[in-house]
Amino acid sequence: MNALLEIRGIKKTFPVRKGLFQRVKGHVNAVRDVTVDIERGTTLGLVGESGCGKSTLAKVLVGLYPPSEGEIRFNGKPIIRAEATERIDTARSIQIVFQDPYSSLDPRLPIWRSIAEGLSIHHEGDASTLWRRVGEILELVGLPPNAADRYPHEFSGGQRQRIGVARALIMDPEFIICDEPTSALDVSVQAQILNLLKRLQEELNLTLLFISHNLSVIRHVADKVMVMYLGAVVEIAPARQLFNAPLHPYTRALLSATPIADPKLRGRRIKLEGELPSPINPPPGCTFHPRCPLANDRCKREEPRLKPKGDASVACHAVEEGRTE
Amino acid sequence: MAIADQKMQDFSERLTTVNEIKGRSLWQDAFRRFFKNKAAFASLIVLAAVVLFTFIGPYFAVWSNEEIDWSVLGQVPTKGIPSFETGHFFGTDDLGRDLYSRVIQGTQVSLLVGIIGAGIAVLVGTFYGAVAGYFGGRVDSAMMRTVDILLAIPYMFILILLLMVFGRSVLMLFVGIGLVSWLGMARIVRGQTLSIKNKEFVEAALVTGVHPFTIIFRHIVPNLLGVVAVYATLLVPEMILTESFISFLGLGVQEPNTSWGALISQGASTIQYGTLWQLAFPLFFFVISLFSFYFIGDGLRDALDPKDR
Repeated sequence: MNALLEIRGIKKTFPVRKGLFQRVKGHVNAVRDVTVDIERGTTLGLVGESGCGKSTLAKVLVGLYPPSEGEIRFNGKPIIRAEATERIDTARSIQIVFQDPYSSLDPRLPIWRSIAEGLSIHHEGDASTLWRRVGEILELVGLPPNAADRYPHEFSGGQRQRIGVARALIMDPEFIICDEPTSALDVSVQAQILNLLKRLQEELNLTLLFISHNLSVIRHVADKVMVMYLGAVVEIAPARQLFNAPLHPYTRALLSATPIADPKLRGRRIKLEGELPSPINPPPGCTFHPRCPLANDRCKREEPRLKPKGDASVACHAVEEGRTE
Repeated sequence: MAIADQKMQDFSERLTTVNEIKGRSLWQDAFRRFFKNKAAFASLIVLAAVVLFTFIGPYFAVWSNEEIDWSVLGQVPTKGIPSFETGHFFGTDDLGRDLYSRVIQGTQVSLLVGIIGAGIAVLVGTFYGAVAGYFGGRVDSAMMRTVDILLAIPYMFILILLLMVFGRSVLMLFVGIGLVSWLGMARIVRGQTLSIKNKEFVEAALVTGVHPFTIIFRHIVPNLLGVVAVYATLLVPEMILTESFISFLGLGVQEPNTSWGALISQGASTIQYGTLWQLAFPLFFFVISLFSFYFIGDGLRDALDPKDR
């Protein structure tokens, strides 16, 4: 296996403080034990509904939050550990493209300064080489090089997202996290950004972690898909298999909720009852059991572990026991 | 209708200027909007005229501000009235000194107090507030509680006490005003910082490994400056009012120095003798300057609207 990024048992909890003395009154379990390998040159899609810990995981990976537990290895070398306070410098080859292109660029700086910020921090080259590099990168993402001294408010949402991609690319990263890069864009522009990312991946042999709650987008870009629910991984499978034969009842519910244009092709909708439980007080046993149509007594007591089944891995007692209805 | 027309005009202007290659920063846009605001633009001209007057005015003065015109002494209500013949363009004060020169001097002192007070607020308040807001947590709590405590002290009392203990001097006045002027600014800046620091461009800078203080100066402070500029222009008249109040009480600027507050105080005390000009001239400059500052602040607020991105 040629795994570029190995995520080992990452947990992230946030303390909940209340009252006059800000005493810790519990923890939000934003990410609960995520373990996954991402192979070089592939795209891992990460799906899940709002608040399931997708973005928290992304922020742990780029070092914005230290993980509460676990370790991340990059090219076999550990780069982020629970105890370490500082990222090791190799982590600069992990970059991120943010969700909202309207807030991810400093409105007071011309875009070339936003793009070149990473390079200038690492003191690489003088002003003219920086400038040339910015021009190259802008062309790579499909913007005219003379756009460099314009300001963010002079660009459209799609163009801004291209600038966001340029900022990530200028560091020559091997691994890029795309944190819902298309969710703030119009549908027509979404496709442009997705195709840009795919093209760049091929040209530069990039490895991507693509976070989205839009399954159609994931289907378009991902080689492997990871489904998260309430901070935990419920299913990891090759994309084709996940979309054709989803295993976990949550994945099936998610897929059945995807809008399909042709009414004849629409299958039976699986409607999930209830709300996403609170991550401060997750339900005992399988966290999905209050909403799961297949839940039995075992699901209420025992938390399922992620177990391989064929090419996929799934965390579900029902799948394990072969209960499907 | 007028608003709609204005909007259409703005829109069409944007359409026609969109082809420019050179980028236009938010500041340039803001200045354009500011100059379109007639009240603010007129106020800027008035204020510039007042400042210019304090520099050019002395060349036309016949009397200095300290000279006593012995010929009018004792007959100020009749001989001290404003006239070109005597060279007392604004008349004389109760002691026969030329009010024209005194008003120029008072204007200089008052504007200086206002600008220095607001300047300290901008420098100290912005930095203090940005650091407190950016680092958050305990640092924030400690820093902002300090501000709360300082704000809870009645500052006029402290100012008067300072002037009584260390003597009445302009320097002491600056120190006293400087001590309190930055508190409100620190609060405002801290609040703005809290909202800016959660923007993704700050996270992006953090991911690339930018030092926290560099982030504060490169990303946070420039995005704060709109608010700071507005608040600072509104702070200038506040400082002038404070100084005027102190001087009105007789504690501020001392003879032979003077300020708007001191002049107005003297003018008010002699009003029953019919020497109305002694109140009218300093009051005129005081009022138009304060109005100008408020209108400029208002115009800046509209021009630097934080909603515009």
